[in-house]
Amino acid sequence: MDFFLQLLVNGVCVGLLYGISAMGFVMIFKSSSVLNFAHGELLALGAFFFLALITWVKLPILIAFILTLIGCFILGFIIERFFLRPLIGEKLIFVIMLTVGLAAMFKGFILLIWGGNLHTYPEFLPETMSLQWGSIYIAPVYTATLVISVLFLVLFGLFFKKSSQGIYMRSVADNQKAALSLGVHVRRVFALSWAIAALVASMSGIVLGIINGVNVHDLSSIGLKVFPVVILGGLDSIGGAIIGGIIIGLLETFTGGYLSPSLRDVVPYIVLVFILLIKPYGLFGLVEIERV
Amino acid sequence: MRRFSFHPCGNYREKYAQELTIFETDYGRICMGIFLLLFFFAAPFIVSPYMLYVLNTIGIAAIAAIGLNILVGYTGQISLGHGAFFGVGAYAAAILATRLGIGFYFAIPAAGIITALVGMVFGIPSGRLKGLYLTIATLAGQFIIEYVLVHWDSLTKGTMGITIPAAKIFNWEIAGDRAFFFLIFVSLVLMTWFAVNIMRSKYGRAFIAIRDNDRAAEGMGIPIFKYKLLSFAISSFYAGFAGALWAYYMVSITAEPFNLSLSVEYIAMVIIGGMGNIPGAIFGATFITLLNEFLRYITGLLMNIGVITSSGLNMAPLREFVFGLAIVLFILLEPRGLAELWRIIRSSFRLWPFSY
Amino acid sequence: MGEILLQINNISVVYSDVIQVLKGVSLSVEKGHIVSLLGSNGAGKTTTLKAISGLLKPENGEVTDGSIIYENKNIQNQSPEYITRQGIIQVLEGRQPFKYLTIEENLRVGTATRIGKPYKQDLELVYNYFPALVARRKSLAGYCSGGELQMLVIGRALMAHPQLLMLDEPSLGLAPLVVKEIFNIIKKINEEHDTTIILVEQNANMALQVAHYGYVMENGKIVMEGTAKELSENPDVKEFYLGMAASGVAKSYKDVKSYRRRKRWL
Repeated sequence: MDFFLQLLVNGVCVGLLYGISAMGFVMIFKSSSVLNFAHGELLALGAFFFLALITWVKLPILIAFILTLIGCFILGFIIERFFLRPLIGEKLIFVIMLTVGLAAMFKGFILLIWGGNLHTYPEFLPETMSLQWGSIYIAPVYTATLVISVLFLVLFGLFFKKSSQGIYMRSVADNQKAALSLGVHVRRVFALSWAIAALVASMSGIVLGIINGVNVHDLSSIGLKVFPVVILGGLDSIGGAIIGGIIIGLLETFTGGYLSPSLRDVVPYIVLVFILLIKPYGLFGLVEIERV
Repeated sequence: MRRFSFHPCGNYREKYAQELTIFETDYGRICMGIFLLLFFFAAPFIVSPYMLYVLNTIGIAAIAAIGLNILVGYTGQISLGHGAFFGVGAYAAAILATRLGIGFYFAIPAAGIITALVGMVFGIPSGRLKGLYLTIATLAGQFIIEYVLVHWDSLTKGTMGITIPAAKIFNWEIAGDRAFFFLIFVSLVLMTWFAVNIMRSKYGRAFIAIRDNDRAAEGMGIPIFKYKLLSFAISSFYAGFAGALWAYYMVSITAEPFNLSLSVEYIAMVIIGGMGNIPGAIFGATFITLLNEFLRYITGLLMNIGVITSSGLNMAPLREFVFGLAIVLFILLEPRGLAELWRIIRSSFRLWPFSY
Repeated sequence: MGEILLQINNISVVYSDVIQVLKGVSLSVEKGHIVSLLGSNGAGKTTTLKAISGLLKPENGEVTDGSIIYENKNIQNQSPEYITRQGIIQVLEGRQPFKYLTIEENLRVGTATRIGKPYKQDLELVYNYFPALVARRKSLAGYCSGGELQMLVIGRALMAHPQLLMLDEPSLGLAPLVVKEIFNIIKKINEEHDTTIILVEQNANMALQVAHYGYVMENGKIVMEGTAKELSENPDVKEFYLGMAASGVAKSYKDVKSYRRRKRWL
């Protein structure tokens, strides 16, 4: 039973992270209909920027964290401006392959500079952040994960519901032509959604790096794990991404814990195929409001 | 004898047959004939063994790329599982050869057919899914096949891999690069011929109709699910065939190379070569394979330069970076690929000196 | 004549480099007036509006010739972001709400041209014009009725404080009573805020009742213009757009031969 509960807690934590990385992915998809195959590499870039800032530049943790977020925000802007904007209106496969090409570029870049080995951050989370609850032990990283994810969820919820910019972003996702006619700066919204997605990705990259260590191959494969998550949650639903993330996280840890560790990585994809066959547009995708 | 036809100065076509011809002029037909003759009777005897190896890799990649082009370029179904299908073909051939002792002349096509069946299974989602969702489903297929190849120990020997007996036909052993050159390129010519012709048939037209608008195609009475499955089957047959050739050529195989990046490489071949263009797939395969070899050479060279080694910089990932860059540049600058560039070059020659 | 707000000189619009839709359209809009643009389907009314608002570009269209001058500025082929910030707002045909946003959020999108400015007062204003929206402010626009949506999209445009409001077929698919209400509000907006309005309509009868001036378009050209009064008395307009026989009584189907009558401007 303890084992079960421990797995449950770990699963929820990992799942939240998947969910948060998937959120950025969904954001890009919602606003500009681009399926981003470079998402894992964005995660990895964030994790490595952070690594560079704290080990090479030796900045304090908090400043390094904030600088990384800002850096990735700008990176997202640049990616949209120089690579995706020329492709607006092009065929799906070109857009997909462009992100695949970007993924290869980023991965090559990271490998060139940091190599493919496992790096670790210096320990900086205090042991007091751990939670002991009966026989269940929650490591400080997981507590931090929980806190950060909930924080980000609330922040984004407020941003999209209350702030004008958030509402503009949603309007573009909803009806691009109408948004354009009202003077919403659509290209700026695209750029902004890339920037925010990159920011969120870098954040989850850092947290994943704290949990598992920083390794390009591991982090970029998380980018592919986003697909089962978003399909489960529906490609256009941010809330669904979180729920999908938790489900996939639980699924993974339970298969890893009870069945076999090697099965762990395929299970999400097997589930994915079944879901696609049964409910093609995801479990929590928006119900299409159709009026004739 | 009928008169030699040259390029007319305008569109004078009067029959559908004229629109469908492969060679617009006899000149093109003769050029192709001469090229093939030279290629088969001169190339294997003058180039170095290394170049022969590169040529063979290109040939195998081209077969698989043509298959993917039928699916992606002509039918419009984006598949990220082609690398896995290639692997299925390789394993099918290896298992048929080792377990059942079947000769290669039978094992290779059989591997193609087995892969076609597997491809159809993974093509089933195409009945309900389109675009992005289908792409993701094929991505899942890639991972599932990869997993099965590694973990079905009793069949695939897992990570140990399989060693394949030499390809023998009546005591004559096909071994060495030169013998394989003939095997691979005869197959490539046949497969190209088949692909070009299927695209001129009812099936090819149905594929193109589905690509351009599947709803409309359905409205015109094309059973789209059947044709999508057929397209998946043909495309996987090509992948499996190429995989089987590769297995024989490499002698021993493991599941490792058949990963997502192989699938991505094939899609890159199709895009860089030119989507919906059979010769384009061959160009793309050539380009990507040469790029790979070239980058391998360059990184090898850079590794030996003292400064870089001593600075501890590992240059191998440069390959990955340049590969990504090539895809990005092609998509941004010439999305119709090498085939389009080739067409521009040819027509500027043809129209010279009046280039309008 | 009053001050000219918008002057279109002989513009041609071409879609996808081949399809010419407008063939030399010229019109001028006086400040504070309601100008209506009449014509049958495919005459080029919507294209004219899109040429003004810059929405041609996403549809691969382009103004190839002529000029559009708004407040002494050349605005042809500018981006919609720029044009909307000059105070020109187009209300698209067929009511295009943001379906997954609530009514109030929809209205807030209208403030996009004035990012960061207070908007509470404008919301009150819109709710004043359209009291029907108040009750539904928290519900998703996707679930509102056609009339409410039309009010919503006009209100949304008002949030941007337009100098020039362009309405594309506001009466489309609405019950006559609702149409009447909406046209009343259009008139009210024009009078109370001195907003210049270009009104594209199929419902020529309603349009000419509120408009000051009118243009008739056919096949990408302007074939007739005049004050609303002149137009509604013109026999051709009467017959072809107002559904009246030349004599002024409602046309009857008994009068089979009437379709033979040539339009005099052709």
